[in-house]
Amino acid sequence: MGFLQEKVAELGSGTNLIRELLAGAPRPELVPDWAIPLTAVFIGVGILLAIVSLCAMFGTWLERKVSGHIQCRYGPMRAGWHGWLQPLADGVKLLLKEDLIPLGADRVLFVIAPALVLSSILGAMAVMPLAPDFFFADAPMGVFLILALTSTTTIGVIMAGWASNSKWSLYGAMREAAQVVAYEIPLGVSLLVPLMVAGTFNLSEASAGQAGGFGIFGWYIWPVGFGTEGFSLGNPFMIPALVLVFVAVLAETKRAPFDLPETESELVAGFLTEYSGIRWSFFFMEEYAAMFLYCVVASFFFLGGFNSPLTWVFEDGGLLPNVFLFNVMAFVTIVVKGFLGMFVMMWVRWTLPRLRIDQVMTMGYKYLTPLSLLCVLGAGLWEWGKWMIVG
Amino acid sequence: MEPSSKIFYGALSLLTLAALGAGLVAAGAEGLAFGLFSVLTLGGALVCIWERSVVRSAFSLMATFLGIAGFFVLLHADFLAMAQILIYVGGILALILFGVMLTPPDLTERKISRVLGGLVVFGLGFAWVGMRVAESATWAVTEKGPAEGVNNAKRIGVGFLAADQYVVAFELAAVVLTVALVAAVYIARRRRADLEPMEGQGGGA
Repeated sequence: MGFLQEKVAELGSGTNLIRELLAGAPRPELVPDWAIPLTAVFIGVGILLAIVSLCAMFGTWLERKVSGHIQCRYGPMRAGWHGWLQPLADGVKLLLKEDLIPLGADRVLFVIAPALVLSSILGAMAVMPLAPDFFFADAPMGVFLILALTSTTTIGVIMAGWASNSKWSLYGAMREAAQVVAYEIPLGVSLLVPLMVAGTFNLSEASAGQAGGFGIFGWYIWPVGFGTEGFSLGNPFMIPALVLVFVAVLAETKRAPFDLPETESELVAGFLTEYSGIRWSFFFMEEYAAMFLYCVVASFFFLGGFNSPLTWVFEDGGLLPNVFLFNVMAFVTIVVKGFLGMFVMMWVRWTLPRLRIDQVMTMGYKYLTPLSLLCVLGAGLWEWGKWMIVG
Repeated sequence: MEPSSKIFYGALSLLTLAALGAGLVAAGAEGLAFGLFSVLTLGGALVCIWERSVVRSAFSLMATFLGIAGFFVLLHADFLAMAQILIYVGGILALILFGVMLTPPDLTERKISRVLGGLVVFGLGFAWVGMRVAESATWAVTEKGPAEGVNNAKRIGVGFLAADQYVVAFELAAVVLTVALVAAVYIARRRRADLEPMEGQGGGA
């Protein structure tokens, strides 16, 4: 920790720590130039894989605890304090389970599908900044890239359903295709509202735009904000946009009440029916990582991103300016916000009954799509009016 | 796997290795990426033609789409790359798969003579097009690469909004698409209306 602290202080804020550490690493003469970016990619993917697994581990534990307490029981209690070692035990079990490929399955696609699903979420995660000075890719296209790469998950799920050569799986895959195509439009369109307000696709820039106001009142979600430049008028369409994004994200991540592709009570387990062992767990790692990622994106564009009272204390020009502690607190803030979002998604899952497939389609095409278009129109007119009057 | 498929996939993997190696030798890490993306693009297209199962062909198209997106990234056109993935992989390919998912594969044995005939026709056609392109095209070679670190979204927005630029053409394209969409819905609805009297007759009989 001491080394990191010195390094951050030496570089100053706004520098990518990972890149600096890699560029400064000593290397022997034998290593050619092209090996450096390649190694960086491998190290980055390794770290991302660790993040995805941690998300899935904590996510499964949280899901079991939340569902337990909602149903007036404890959930896992045996493995460790309040069952916190349960995900590790599950992981060992999944690794040791037989990896079954059905005889009639399309073997190649059956094997590729889980890898495709997991790699799409790894790619999308690379854009997510972990702290202001700690990120993998500071893509100017940030949130657009996340939307694009997570949409390839769909193809993986369809591939899994088709390759299983089972009727349940195929039905699950068809539902996934129909559902995702329906909900991708409202998700993308209602995300345009904060993009218009922030004026950027980049997650770090959006977070920087919400600084000030004790780390809370500068957020884009408030109709009247109090940021670094004093009081300012926000956009009232942000709140409906957040609701629309939340519903669309529930459908995109196949979470109940939109878990039609894997409905246990109708389709056994949908596209997951024929999967077992570690390949099965890949789909769940993707699901929890995608939930976390979408919640983090929503918190970056609606709920302040890195800004919280914790970071407000340590930021530049705050009460106790300290670059290192600022970064640590920003990381804590974003993780807490992400998991709070996940908690709400679980809460919804264990409270609401599942929709029927025709209700899902009606909801997507007849309600969410027009509402999100109206929301964008309203937000655009509001921003235009503000620009005409205030300048 | 049938023997002709074995030969096909063997040749494809050899070509992959050759392309990756050539890229690496020619231009280092960037060349390696170029080799990878060209293999994805061309390999995906070849597998799409080769496979007997329509669904497998559709899946192999994903490699093509991703490879093209990779080329856009190499040219620092990130917006185009992401739009390519979002629209083609996330939207169009999902719809194609939705359409063809229930078609059974054609499992009859391939005739070697037909495969060879196809190869000859393809080779001759490719050679003819290649020669025509080589003699007519002028290849612009510049030392200066595409601009790096430019905010593409901002440039596209400015391009749309600045006077006498592309906004009218873009809006017209949107209107054409909307008309096509409404027409498709109308046709689908009319078919259903045609069916209704038949149902009524069935109920009465």
